[in-house]
Amino acid sequence: MAEVQEVKKQAKEREALFSKKNRKLITDPLDDSNPITVQVLGICSALAITVKLYPALVMSVSVLFVLAVGNVIISLMRNYIPNRIRIIVQLVVVASLVILVDQVLKAYVYDVSKELSVFVGLIITNCIIMGRFEAFALANSPWKSFLDGLGNAFGYAWILMAVAFFRELLGSGQLFGLQVVPKSWYLTEGGVYSDNGLMLLPPMALITVGIIIWVQRSKNTALIEED
Amino acid sequence: MDVNKNSYTFTFAAIMVVVVAAVLSFAATSLKEKQDNNVRLEKMQNILSSINVEVERDEAEAIYKDYVKQELVVNNYQPIEGINAFDIELSKEVAKAPEERNAPLYVAEKEGKTYFILPLRGKGLWGPIWGYISLEKNASTIYGATFDHKSETPGLGAEIKTDMFTSLFPDKEVLDNSGEFTGIRVMKGNADGPHEVNGISGGTITSVGVQDMIQDCMKSYIPFLKDYQASQTASANSENSNPIVSID
Repeated sequence: MAEVQEVKKQAKEREALFSKKNRKLITDPLDDSNPITVQVLGICSALAITVKLYPALVMSVSVLFVLAVGNVIISLMRNYIPNRIRIIVQLVVVASLVILVDQVLKAYVYDVSKELSVFVGLIITNCIIMGRFEAFALANSPWKSFLDGLGNAFGYAWILMAVAFFRELLGSGQLFGLQVVPKSWYLTEGGVYSDNGLMLLPPMALITVGIIIWVQRSKNTALIEED
Repeated sequence: MDVNKNSYTFTFAAIMVVVVAAVLSFAATSLKEKQDNNVRLEKMQNILSSINVEVERDEAEAIYKDYVKQELVVNNYQPIEGINAFDIELSKEVAKAPEERNAPLYVAEKEGKTYFILPLRGKGLWGPIWGYISLEKNASTIYGATFDHKSETPGLGAEIKTDMFTSLFPDKEVLDNSGEFTGIRVMKGNADGPHEVNGISGGTITSVGVQDMIQDCMKSYIPFLKDYQASQTASANSENSNPIVSID
């Protein structure tokens, strides 16, 4: 009996913190199971807040926090959550975390919180968060859930930043609010260049995401569905 | 333990609600003071920014006291006493008719010159917009302006808070040659003359919101400012420079 426990214990210990399987939890969502481009979740916020890089970054960091911490909380409670109200429990966890984040930001980094204010509601409704709670955290250990949360948040973040990069660059000639297209190029200053106002509007976010999906699938052919 | 029993479900939900409520209300009350102070300091920053004084939030309070000499409340074009101008909630006042409002007015002094700072509040596309506009002593020439918004679209309407937009306002006139109030028109390009500025492309509704806000909020002040200015000139002429209004 003692031997069996010993073996079990060893088996448990053998799973290193960053085993191959665990690393995959972080790397997979970056490409093969990217929440935006492959699972097509969280599209709404990808459209809404990618006009400029800074709000996209703030949004990414907030989602990272809420997703990683929320995943751990749900995972810790996974054996106690009554099945019939699990969605409500998940929603309560997301909403409380978001409110908490907002309150702390308001008190300590007021400027960031102003930047974020519009998007708080969007974090709560972000399908990636509920999706990961439901699909992963309810069935896995806290550490794995934490890694899964990080991975998916990074997968979400890089798409957001990529879209925001192109939209801010082409739409307002800036990056992080700094002018990168020389002022002298502009028509108004006697040049030949003009910002593409369409880039600032939501349809171009969708098209940019579409282009990213296109590039991703032509590189990673495993993602292409068979007809 | 059967986690799917009704009694368990109810108990779980009840405990969860109580715990969450406790955590959130604890966070809200313990952080409230800091948050309120941030809002107050930001207001001071904005007021200073309208007379082109940019300060860090930490030092806003001290510098605010250096510059802003008077805080008045104007009601029906007369100064009234007994209300703290800084604490007035503009969102409630703008719902009233212009002459019935308790309109806060800040009188600042910078490099020996007097400026009137008028708070503004109006509607953007998605939510409220607000700002401060400072007038020179003639109650017509704009010295500086600053705008902010709750939830305008980044890159479009939200651009009203950028220097690119606010820098269009200085040296514009809100009174025409005969002294009538005209406000500032926000144009779709080709702005010309002292009463017009260019709006933001893609942010038309917000730009028009700024125009309406200026039109609406300034009405509460203009006759008073003219009187104030006249009385200042009169008292200066009679070499008896008692301030007509004082606050304590």
